[in-house]
Amino acid sequence: MNFILSIVVSSLAVVILVLIPWIGVGALDLRVIFGILVPYAAMATFFVGIVVRVVDWARSPVPFRIPTTAGQQWSFPWIKSNPIDNPKGNTGVIVRMIFEVLLFRSLFRNTRLEYRRTAEGMPKVDYEWEKWLWLAALVFHYSFFVIFLRHFRFFMEPVPGFVALLESLDGFMQMGVLPLNGLGLPGVYLTDMLLMMAVTYLFLRRIYISQTRYISLPADYFPLFLILGLGLTGILMRYFIRVDITAVKQLAVGLFKFSPTVPEGIGVIFFIHLFLISVLIAYFPFSKLMHFAGVFLSPTRNLSNNSRFKRHINPWNYPVKVHTYEEYEEDFREAMIEAGIPVEKESE
Amino acid sequence: MAKVTTPKPKETANIDHSPPLMKGWMNTPAEIRPGIYCYGAKPKNLEAVGMPFPKEWNPEDENWKLPENWKEIIEEGFKDRLDRFRSFKLFMDICVRCGACADKCHFFIGSGDPKNMPVLRAELIRSVYRKKFTKGGKLLGQFAGARELTEDVLKEWWYYLYQCTECRRCSLFCPYGIDTAEITIIGRELTNLLGLNTDWIAGPAANCFRTGNHLGIQPHAYKDMLDFFVDEIEGLTGIRVDYSLNRKGAEILFVTPSGDVFADPGTYTAMGYLMLFHYLQSQGLDITWSTYASEGGNFGYFTSHEMAKRLNAKMYAEAKRLGVKFIMGGECGHMWRVLNQYMDTFNGPADFLEEPVSPITGTKFENAKSTKMIHLVEFTADLIKHNKLKLDPSRNDHLKVTFHDSCNTSRGMGFLEEPRYVIRNVCNNFYEMPPNTIREQTFCCGSGSGLNAGEDMELRMRGGLPRANAVKYVHEKHGVNMLANICAIDRAALPTLMQYWVPGVEVTGVHEMVANALVFEGETKRTTDLRGNPLAGMEEEEDV
Amino acid sequence: MDLAGILSLERSSLIKKWQEAVLDTYPADSRQFLKKERDKFSNPVGSILENELMSLFDAFLAGPDRDKMIVCLENILRLRAVQDFSPSQAVSFVFRLKSIVRERLHAKGLEIDTNGIEEDLRIFEKNIDELVLLAFDIYCRCRQKIYELRVHEVQNQVGRLLKRANLVCEIPDTEPDV
Repeated sequence: MNFILSIVVSSLAVVILVLIPWIGVGALDLRVIFGILVPYAAMATFFVGIVVRVVDWARSPVPFRIPTTAGQQWSFPWIKSNPIDNPKGNTGVIVRMIFEVLLFRSLFRNTRLEYRRTAEGMPKVDYEWEKWLWLAALVFHYSFFVIFLRHFRFFMEPVPGFVALLESLDGFMQMGVLPLNGLGLPGVYLTDMLLMMAVTYLFLRRIYISQTRYISLPADYFPLFLILGLGLTGILMRYFIRVDITAVKQLAVGLFKFSPTVPEGIGVIFFIHLFLISVLIAYFPFSKLMHFAGVFLSPTRNLSNNSRFKRHINPWNYPVKVHTYEEYEEDFREAMIEAGIPVEKESE
Repeated sequence: MAKVTTPKPKETANIDHSPPLMKGWMNTPAEIRPGIYCYGAKPKNLEAVGMPFPKEWNPEDENWKLPENWKEIIEEGFKDRLDRFRSFKLFMDICVRCGACADKCHFFIGSGDPKNMPVLRAELIRSVYRKKFTKGGKLLGQFAGARELTEDVLKEWWYYLYQCTECRRCSLFCPYGIDTAEITIIGRELTNLLGLNTDWIAGPAANCFRTGNHLGIQPHAYKDMLDFFVDEIEGLTGIRVDYSLNRKGAEILFVTPSGDVFADPGTYTAMGYLMLFHYLQSQGLDITWSTYASEGGNFGYFTSHEMAKRLNAKMYAEAKRLGVKFIMGGECGHMWRVLNQYMDTFNGPADFLEEPVSPITGTKFENAKSTKMIHLVEFTADLIKHNKLKLDPSRNDHLKVTFHDSCNTSRGMGFLEEPRYVIRNVCNNFYEMPPNTIREQTFCCGSGSGLNAGEDMELRMRGGLPRANAVKYVHEKHGVNMLANICAIDRAALPTLMQYWVPGVEVTGVHEMVANALVFEGETKRTTDLRGNPLAGMEEEEDV
Repeated sequence: MDLAGILSLERSSLIKKWQEAVLDTYPADSRQFLKKERDKFSNPVGSILENELMSLFDAFLAGPDRDKMIVCLENILRLRAVQDFSPSQAVSFVFRLKSIVRERLHAKGLEIDTNGIEEDLRIFEKNIDELVLLAFDIYCRCRQKIYELRVHEVQNQVGRLLKRANLVCEIPDTEPDV
């Protein structure tokens, strides 16, 4: 498997995933399947799958306390310890996890000083690509999150206050001034653009940097392409191929209230969008995307470094064969006595 | 006359040994090279501790003499460990291959071998995991990053699992805290199910089991060595130090790696321990060494969790037998990872011991309340803080010192300031290496986790390059000539590394420098350090 | 213009080509790291190769300055002696300079006879041959050093014990005359 094949395979998979609803709704008019059954099945897979995965992880115990300590331990009062990177208790762990989950602290560690000189011997300061990984990851996840929240506009009636607030913040750059098709474009959301940029960057980075290219699997390209497709269909719907928002909202609210209906007049593009998100969430529990839940369980991050002052219990601890002192003395008694080393039992 | 012509590729002597880009790593089997691998475990060393499938074997041979049902053994062992270690299970599942760890490994940095990227080292195992234990892998095979376990794959595992020093530098940069050390530890457990250890690990582990230390030193020889130090110290200082062995009723049991007792320059560190303990005797220190627990290090930890526990058991057993109040540990790296993160869980609770209190200063070591085992360096730091030691740091003026944080004490404990505090108080010239090569970001010596054999010298030299390179920087910039550390493997491996990359830099334990600076009442005027090198300003007097 | 003039004029592009040629001897998948990572502590291999090749080139043109060349070659070969190279692979990069220079001359459209640099080029390439031999000597020294270190370690591990067990009897160091 080389990277070209990986990319071809995963992009092909996404193309097929686009074609399925296109044909299914566009040609065969299977609106109930794609508007109701698939989303429900996907959601069920998502929730059940995640619970099963997390429970499966949680079933394996944490036999040893193995935090990665990234700072000074707690010791004497006169030595300044690092309570976050080397937590001694739960508070520190919680703060560490918050930094990790919300700010991707470990990725941020990659930034560092520059020393190198140019060919002319002049000192030169340069920035690091690793900072970009951190930034892109942060932009990607937060944009996705904001876009997800914005979608509550479709699921809920009336639209919650925070969604409206988010929308106005997100759309503060009112760039929609170009009159296309004789219409003014709706306000452009910042997060739409950021998400697409971040996903594109993460993809390009994967193939541009030889190390990541070497390690990448189809399972790394596939979600990127899927999200790219998802974003593209969303953007198309919002700015170019308008669909009947009222009807879409009717469908979405119906899904959420468990009284699903498929109103007439929703364009195929919406079903493609809906199908892609369905695939994404159904794929979620079976993929590396589970890192979002896994990070909370990671024993190198979510444990405090307290094993010297608080005993950690291993549930499957079992007795082992050891070499006892008696056996040891048995072996070396004569020599020990001769050397004047105290023994338990003087020899006969 | 001919025109200047562009030579044909074959004329340029440019021999390209890069693997074909399009092949992908799964289809590039490992080539087991001399200089990189350590010799296979000898049968007697496996038999001595009851490990399975002992045999004479050579990793370079085609036939590894595997048992017929080796695949089942691995599969069963794999499943068992997935059920017992959440870390292992999780780390098999959640890697997104972002590449943040890729260039953080000293072996990758030094060799450029892409399979030394931590993520790929783990993928070697993950690919088999997917095939055996995930639906996607079973169904989609290579498309899901899954592959069958074959003999080639097993050999590749072995080759790269024993090219990881379990230093955890990668885990620091991983956004999910995936720890390659954990994967390596468990991967090595799997290879041990088939008798595929290295002899450099299996030998010391077997020795340690029987004689109490890695070198297989018998009790009388151990004592003989300490007696020799006593003589040496007397020659240097005029003070005859007192020590005791296996003494019941002492307050403290002292355990240190046996490397300190038998190999230079660790021996000078051991002399430092003896001198410090003697110095404190009059202030109320009551401490004993032990021949039964004469090994702080734990090569079992490089074999399996079980073997680690079996060897570690001696410390508490000996403490109980001698009736001490608490235990003190010497300068060692992986020993302290085990003591900090495993010992109490393995072999505790140590309810027959008391919470450690310094008999000199009265300081309670609250951070060791449960294990009842304190680090000698924190003990000494506390002494210095309370002005209990008369020190003359100028006696180390002939040294320009830098400090190498050991992987295990920094990323498995967070023991960063204590040694620095001690060093700053016992010597005047201390220079730090660049920030991205010390403390929690420290680079490994390249020889940890049982890789400090002789036959893998090329591996060690390339793996140690990032560390040596940073030492070279302070050597050239500040004239640093002494590399201090608190690890016995460092003291064994770094001198060689320095001789190769940075000649002119020697290696020392922290307590050797403490002993240099320690002013005894009634001692003869010191003209040399413990190694017999003249002190600064004493170069002349020596010959008088 | 003579060859030396051309070479010093083309210095930076020739050095760059040479550096790239050397880095291209590393696996394709890590090459980029070696080339791009700018921190010399995070990427010692790349930075050593880059700096030492530059100094080596200058030392070669300056005379050649044999002492300086030895230092540069030592730094480069100490590295390559512990990496996955056969002896010929480890030193072959020196030969590469020949073709790099020829390619450059060719690219500039220079013809040997009309420019009278044929003799210069002959000497230049003869010097490179000598540089290769020097490199080979140094490479062998590095390998020898590795074996010495191995032996030394083994001696050190048990040396103290042997002495204590009176298994070795060394002639004591003679005291210097007072």
